[in-house]
Formats: sequence, C-alpha cells, structure tokens
Amino acid sequence: MCQEMDPTDLALLRALQDGIPIGPRPFRELGERLGLDEGAVISRLRALRESGVVRRFAATIGHRALGIVANAMIVWKVEGEIERIGGIMASFEEVTHCYQRATCDEWPYNLYTVVHSRSREECEEIASRISEATGVKEYRILFSEREYKKTSARI
Amino acid sequence: MDEIDLRILAALQESFPVVERPFMELAEGLGIEEDDLIRRVSRLKELGLIRRIGPILDLRRLGMSGVLVAMKVSPEDADRVSSVVNEYDEVSHNYLRPNDSGYNLWFTISAPAERVDEIISEVKRRSRCEMLVLPTIRIFKIGVKFDII
Repeated sequence: MCQEMDPTDLALLRALQDGIPIGPRPFRELGERLGLDEGAVISRLRALRESGVVRRFAATIGHRALGIVANAMIVWKVEGEIERIGGIMASFEEVTHCYQRATCDEWPYNLYTVVHSRSREECEEIASRISEATGVKEYRILFSEREYKKTSARI
Repeated sequence: MDEIDLRILAALQESFPVVERPFMELAEGLGIEEDDLIRRVSRLKELGLIRRIGPILDLRRLGMSGVLVAMKVSPEDADRVSSVVNEYDEVSHNYLRPNDSGYNLWFTISAPAERVDEIISEVKRRSRCEMLVLPTIRIFKIGVKFDII
C-alpha cells in the first residue's frame, strides 16, 4: 500500500498513530525517534496537511469521559437527492459522521449517520429532527450496547 | 476538571498548532503558562478525556478503502466472534448494536482493497455468521467534535 507515498512521510504518520508526546517540543522529540530534525518534521506535516492527506491536526476527545455515553448509528433509506440530503444531515452538530454506503438486497439503507449524545432519548429526538429536516421517513436507530473496539485506523 | 480544562479541551479538538512550541502558542491564547498547560494536558490524557493529539488522516488518500460490516451473531456467541474480529489491526471500530433486523455486530475495516476482501472472507469462514458488506461511497462528514463549552 501507499506506493506513491514518500517513505519518510509514511514513517512520520505511523509514528504519530498514538499521538504526539506531551512536552514543550513534541515535534523535536518525535524527530529524534525518526532521525529527522524538528524543522523537517514540521514542514512535512504542514505539506501533508496542505495536500489533504492530513485532514486536521487536533485532539481526539474521549467523549465517554465527558458524559456523552450514548452512541447511535442511524441508517436512512434515501431515494434521490442524496447529495443534498447528506449535506443537511452532516450539518447537524450532533452528527459526528455521515457516510453514503452501497446497499444490498437485504439492506436498503444508503446513508449512515453517527450521533453521540448524553442519552438514548436524546439520540431518538435528534433522529426525528433529522427526519423532519430532510423528509426521510424510513430509518433505523442502532444503539451501541457494547464497545468491543475503538481505535484510530492503523496505517 | 475546572473551567480552564474545558477551555483546553475545546481549543485542542479544534486544532493543534504544528509549530516548534505548540503548547506555548496555545497557552498564550488561553491566558495560562506553557508548563501549566502541559501539566493539565498530561492529566487530561491520563483521565481519558484526551485520547490522542495528532493528525486525522484522509485514509483514501493513503490508498485505503473502508467498509462497514454487519453480522448476525447469537448473543451467547457475541464475545467469541467479536474477539475474532478484533484480532485484525485493520478493524478500527467494533460495536454490539442489537436490533430487530438480527444484524447486531457492526465493525469497520480500513485497508487496501485486496486486504479488506481477505479479512472479510477470513472472518466469514471463522465466524460462520451471515454478513452484510457495506462499502463507503462518499463521506459527507467525519471528525468528531463535541460541544464542550
């Protein structure tokens, strides 16, 4: 994989999978592990951000620790205008992910939104607000009962 | 957690500066000292309020494809099947989501396309469960940000 990717960039992104070290000069520390100087680490990361490989550089928050314990995946059956409807769904603050996916015979749902909230009732209320805003009436709410795994995708 | 911690979380989930002294730059914006910020961030990380600070990648730009997989697993078998699924590093999320469709185990795979297919057929063989494979067509939104303050 990643044939076109510069090997040093790839090594840098791999070293960052678990995040930066917390200290005054995190990029210098990271560079020391990789044999790169601080300036090179910073300029490579900026270039990766400009090219779009890095969408954002930021903290991932542990939402459970914040009391945001309910996580629902709402699956929607959208007929036509999926681009417009996907845009409306994505604009809801409570929607953290919004994807279009392929369907199959048994499963006609093509838009997927993930909603994080403080309770199941709140997730249900958000789903009905999204339904009203988009006119999409056919949907299922799949609450998570157990989290077996949650990590960043490995590269 | 005090009000400063909440402001730190809100600022960090927005963006982390890629500069030589990122915590100094952030601390200035928050009106606190750099070493105080570093101490607080270390503690917030220990408490699980910060999972990681780092790049959020566009996996497709790295040649990866993503699928969501759903399986019908009997409740007494859910722990066993989910540990089979979790063996794969390419599986990033795996949840039990019981509902009346019967598809209750939901997980995501991110990997180059051939590897995704390989994992799917292995999991199918090892779990003997009915499976839906739902490839990503378009991403409208990704990147979790929460309403903190």
